[in-house]
Amino acid sequence: MNSLRRIFAILQKEIRQLSRDRLTFGMIIGIPMIQIALFGFAINTDVRHLRAAVADESNTELSRTLAADAQATQVIDVIAHVRTATELEALLRDGDIDVGLYIPPDYPRRLQQRDRSAAQLLVDGSDPIILSAARQLATLTQHYDSEPPQSLRAALFDIRNHFNPERRSAVNVVPALMGVILTMTMVLFTAVAIVRERERGNLELLINTPVKTVELMIGKIVPYIFIGLVQVTLIVLLGMLLFRVPIEGTVANVYLGSLALIAANLSLGLLISTLAQSQFQAMQMTFFFFLPSILLSGFMFPFAGMPKAAQYIAEVLPLTHFVRIIRGVMLRGADLVHMVPDLGALFAFTAVTLTLAVLRFHKRLD
Amino acid sequence: MSSGIAIRTHNLTRRFGTLVAVDRVNLTVPRAHIYGFLGPNGSGKSTTIRMLCGLLKPSAGEAEVLGLNIPREAEVLKRKIGYMTQRFSLYEDLSIIENLEFIAEVYSLSRTRRHERIAQQLELFDLKDRIKQRAGTLSGGQKQRLALAAATLHEPELLFLDEPTSAVDPQSRRDFWEFLFQLANHGTTILVSTHYMDEAERCHALAILDRGSMVADGTPKALEANIDAHVIEIERADLHAARQLLLQVPRVLSVTQLGVRLRVLVDHAVDDATGFIKDALRASQPGVDVQLVRASLEDVFVAATQLRNRERAA
Ligand SMILES: Nc1ncnc2c1ncn2[C@@H]1O[C@H](COP(=O)(O)OP(=O)(O)O)[C@@H](O)[C@H]1O
Ligand SMILES: [Mg+2]
Repeated sequence: MNSLRRIFAILQKEIRQLSRDRLTFGMIIGIPMIQIALFGFAINTDVRHLRAAVADESNTELSRTLAADAQATQVIDVIAHVRTATELEALLRDGDIDVGLYIPPDYPRRLQQRDRSAAQLLVDGSDPIILSAARQLATLTQHYDSEPPQSLRAALFDIRNHFNPERRSAVNVVPALMGVILTMTMVLFTAVAIVRERERGNLELLINTPVKTVELMIGKIVPYIFIGLVQVTLIVLLGMLLFRVPIEGTVANVYLGSLALIAANLSLGLLISTLAQSQFQAMQMTFFFFLPSILLSGFMFPFAGMPKAAQYIAEVLPLTHFVRIIRGVMLRGADLVHMVPDLGALFAFTAVTLTLAVLRFHKRLD
Repeated sequence: MSSGIAIRTHNLTRRFGTLVAVDRVNLTVPRAHIYGFLGPNGSGKSTTIRMLCGLLKPSAGEAEVLGLNIPREAEVLKRKIGYMTQRFSLYEDLSIIENLEFIAEVYSLSRTRRHERIAQQLELFDLKDRIKQRAGTLSGGQKQRLALAAATLHEPELLFLDEPTSAVDPQSRRDFWEFLFQLANHGTTILVSTHYMDEAERCHALAILDRGSMVADGTPKALEANIDAHVIEIERADLHAARQLLLQVPRVLSVTQLGVRLRVLVDHAVDDATGFIKDALRASQPGVDVQLVRASLEDVFVAATQLRNRERAA
């Protein structure tokens, strides 16, 4: 009973301080907004006027209609007509164009076949903006003057994705970005919350009261769990409103998966707080952890493309597992039940860091 | 344990790496006493207090506080003690009332008790007009009163005060000590560290610390009476020249100028201290006025630390 009272007292104090700490408060809301805005701008799918060239080897009525329709979308501006696919590739490689539209000689015949694409878009895939734009183009269908549009045909284009094997878009980035933001803020906030008390001398008073280590840690952590959930909500909403990022799975799964990551990050923050002597050190340690998380988790670079050693390191990082979980839940509609290994990894990470933190945190100054 | 002893230590020692911050300190602090720790910065006052609270683990030696073995039973002790840290350690971004309520909750005071105690403390420490003010914006004296109000909110049996008056004006210091005596009269034991001689003189008993060692202890009276030196005052002399000269004399422990006088501490082993000084000054300053005077606590302090230095050098 007294224990609950003490936890509640710490919790209340923490929330009071937080509401008066404009900087931290700003970061809670500001970081997700800025990150979403930054990444959202970079991955804006609504791109127009890409430089394009057409190689129409078919040169038929149908193929000319296709080229005109592509131009009419305003996604591309056809700035050159060339004769062969090779010439298109050369232009693409030299950076003269962003998109190449290749229409093979047998285009009319290909249109009749369901298993082959009729034409190709050659895309500079090193730029995700262009890649997503090309996807938009790929939804074009062939217009016929006489007959009604053929609905049988699934894909008119086959997108040849040069330089970037993994397709990326807002849809792909936003869920993972949630993990990045949670990693950045949750670890830092908890680490700093305790180190700040040590730096300001509050801890010397606090550990001289009947407050127990576990009570202190719970009281310190719980407000940040809520803050984490607020951030998750903010990111999901912004993703939906700005980029139409879907939630194919259940909302409950999104929150449960996020909670697992929040728990892992908060425990790590606690552990850092027992190691760092100053807020600056806590920030350095957080950054030291944050960098590999961002680079190796599969958020920036496709996981499969990384060297084995990097993959092993990545398996230790909570963000790696979260990126898998959240992409599965939000994009593929997977259920958490099918993600037991990744969830288990997050729980294991939490258990280990939390144990270390509690063991390391003495109610003493030495 | 209701014996008359609040704190007892045996060879209490604390090392930081190779530095011995507290060196084999043997303390006995009676209950309901105001016990002083007198010593310059770095003499180990804070470190000793922290060990007695259970915040630092002793490197060697034993401590028994309120009958509890420290650090083993430190958790039990925490409810019974109050600790006012050297540096202000309440929350600067919380208001006076919020800080006090937080402390009350942490010590699990009942609801009625909490209201009662907080009201009493606000009244007693003259803080009731500004309960909504953030602690960070208070003056030095107000902060100190708030810190003491918080440290005594749960009515501890034993109160540790680490240099409580270092950021406070003289009037506030006097008021502060008035309050300490009230507490002691009601049975609270107080251990207070200071580097002010006038404060040390007000303690029931004190220990003089120097570079980690306890060099003397007892009541101020006893310390002054048992000083290991003769205290001499010199007037009507070329003070500067006399001082230079005396500093060269063996068995002169220290020479301090106080306005128009020189205060000289001479080794106890010298039989006739006034004669000894007169002899030393006869050649250069024959007309000086030399007098044996009563020792002050400051003399005790200087003599104890100087003697220790000499032992070391020898
Ligand atoms: N945590 C610590 N680590 C290393 N040295 C310390 C630590 N705390 C105190 N010291 C050293 O121990 C000595 C005694 O310090 P302290 O007890 O704070 O003295 P006082 O309170 O009398 O000014 C000083 O030399 C100080 O530098
Ligand atoms: Mg000190």
